[in-house]
Amino acid sequence: MRGRRVLGLLGAGLVAGWLVVAGVSPSLVPYSPRQVDVMARLKPPSAGHVFGTDALGRDVFSRVLVGSRVSLPSGFTVVLVAAVVGTLYGGCAAYGSARVEEGLMRVTDLFLSFPPLVLAMAIAAALGVGVRNTVLAMFVVWWPKYARLARGLVLGQRSLDYVEAARGLGLGGARTLLRHIVPNTVGPIVVLLALDVGNAMITFAGLSFLGLGVVPPTPEWGAMVSDGQALIDQWWVSTFPGLAIFSVVVGFNFMGDSLRDWLDPRRER
Amino acid sequence: MALRYVLKRVVACVLMALAATLVVFLVAHTVPADPVLAQLGDKASANPETVARFRTRWGLDRPLWQQYAIFLAGLARGDLGESIASRRPVMDDVRQYAPATIELSTLAAFLTALVGVPLGVLAAVRRDRLADHLVRLLCLFGVSAPTFWLAFLALALFYGGLEIAPSPGRLDAGAVPPPHVTGLFLADSLLARNWATFRAALAHMILPAVVLAASTVGLVTRTTRASLLETLGQDYVRTARAKGVAEALVVRRHALRNALLPVVTLGGLAYAELLAGTVLTETIFSWPGLGRYTYQSAVALDFPAILGMTFLVAAVYLVMSLIVDLSYVVLDPRVVRR
Repeated sequence: MRGRRVLGLLGAGLVAGWLVVAGVSPSLVPYSPRQVDVMARLKPPSAGHVFGTDALGRDVFSRVLVGSRVSLPSGFTVVLVAAVVGTLYGGCAAYGSARVEEGLMRVTDLFLSFPPLVLAMAIAAALGVGVRNTVLAMFVVWWPKYARLARGLVLGQRSLDYVEAARGLGLGGARTLLRHIVPNTVGPIVVLLALDVGNAMITFAGLSFLGLGVVPPTPEWGAMVSDGQALIDQWWVSTFPGLAIFSVVVGFNFMGDSLRDWLDPRRER
Repeated sequence: MALRYVLKRVVACVLMALAATLVVFLVAHTVPADPVLAQLGDKASANPETVARFRTRWGLDRPLWQQYAIFLAGLARGDLGESIASRRPVMDDVRQYAPATIELSTLAAFLTALVGVPLGVLAAVRRDRLADHLVRLLCLFGVSAPTFWLAFLALALFYGGLEIAPSPGRLDAGAVPPPHVTGLFLADSLLARNWATFRAALAHMILPAVVLAASTVGLVTRTTRASLLETLGQDYVRTARAKGVAEALVVRRHALRNALLPVVTLGGLAYAELLAGTVLTETIFSWPGLGRYTYQSAVALDFPAILGMTFLVAAVYLVMSLIVDLSYVVLDPRVVRR
């Protein structure tokens, strides 16, 4: 139990650290992330270039730090918008008539019958390269799981004794929903959110790796791994941006994991 | 009773796969991107005559509903249409690329089960002890590492650095593939009794399969652990223990069998996802499979190929969840009655 709390704190620390980096990195980095220096191309890590330089002589360390300004906000945006839209959708389905519910949930099933990356890839390719388009493509495949979760949660709560008690005491439907059902369903949604941000960042980086994310030369982690993927002997070009993705995602997953234990004591068993 | 359940599920499956193609069809045609530009390039697109001929040739000048009706009519004959990029029937393309993906993802799924289930059992049995914590940490790391990065690290280390892994691809460049029977190199080389090729094909497959498995092992392990812990708390397990059944036997014979139900669900879907094309891994390992084909079609806005792949992918997904549901009938006969 204590070990998990330590992991949670460690994760929160990692995430907080990256948020600070995303905020202040432009004034912090030793080199401009776009500054090309052909004389210094593919230099291994050294005191001058801690993470080495890439094929155009750009400083990998600076690019990794500044890259957080694309990856963090896009991951957050996808997950937050998807969570809000999905939860509302699922909540409506759970509160609607049986036929409305059936219809609404069939639509989510439809989206869930694709592997998310394949569908997002097709949409992103059709929309054209750019951060906004990629985020939009990811949103299309992202909201259904929140809809399904929210529907299940609201349905599960609706039949519980305490809800019936609240109704029996004469509380109206809206008040029961907001004061009693919603507080009890927020926990699992928050847990899914925390675990999902990392997931979204990996997917975004993956699309970017395929050339469907950012317009070069914008520094972005997935695109940077892709830049160096053929440079097996110059391992630093791909390794450090990948390590950045890994560390942020590990941070979110540590946080989400202990959050889950904390919010759901039954999982303790 | 069981038969009606199966029939109902099959019909639902087909309808869902069709609806999936409709979604993609509409998405593909409402976005601003123009396949003409993507296929012909800037120069040829400047010539209105060429563009008009291209549109007529691929039916892009017809109303949307007609285009979709043509696709459906073809589908009814088992024809997925013709790819704009390769100028071949999409079905032929799929037949060419599918075996590479099937071979790779099956090995990866096998590795996942082989590692994931025992790890999950270990974590559940030694709950809150050191082994449990280590397994948990390992899983969190596994799901946190981007596949394409792991693939790069694996290649840089084992192929570039240590030089113990073969080059990317299904065989070394210039090596002769085994005579085509199934398209699966492992099966074909066995049929031809060509042991050297069998070994080479297997060696080429190990690294990408391990990389693929790394991301799925975490999920399988955690599901196994959670599910086994839940069953271990059940009354019938307490009864078995009270009877004096050895603990190892309680876990294996009484608890694990029931605990594996959710694992089967998850495993089936994970396998479907692997089969649907492991785009990123295939790209890095130069693996000529369905993932790369889908990616190339998407980038080229090759509508017939995208639609065909959508139908196949959705079908694989749905068939997989159907198989999972049906396996419940065997594993837990109670589901049919519900």
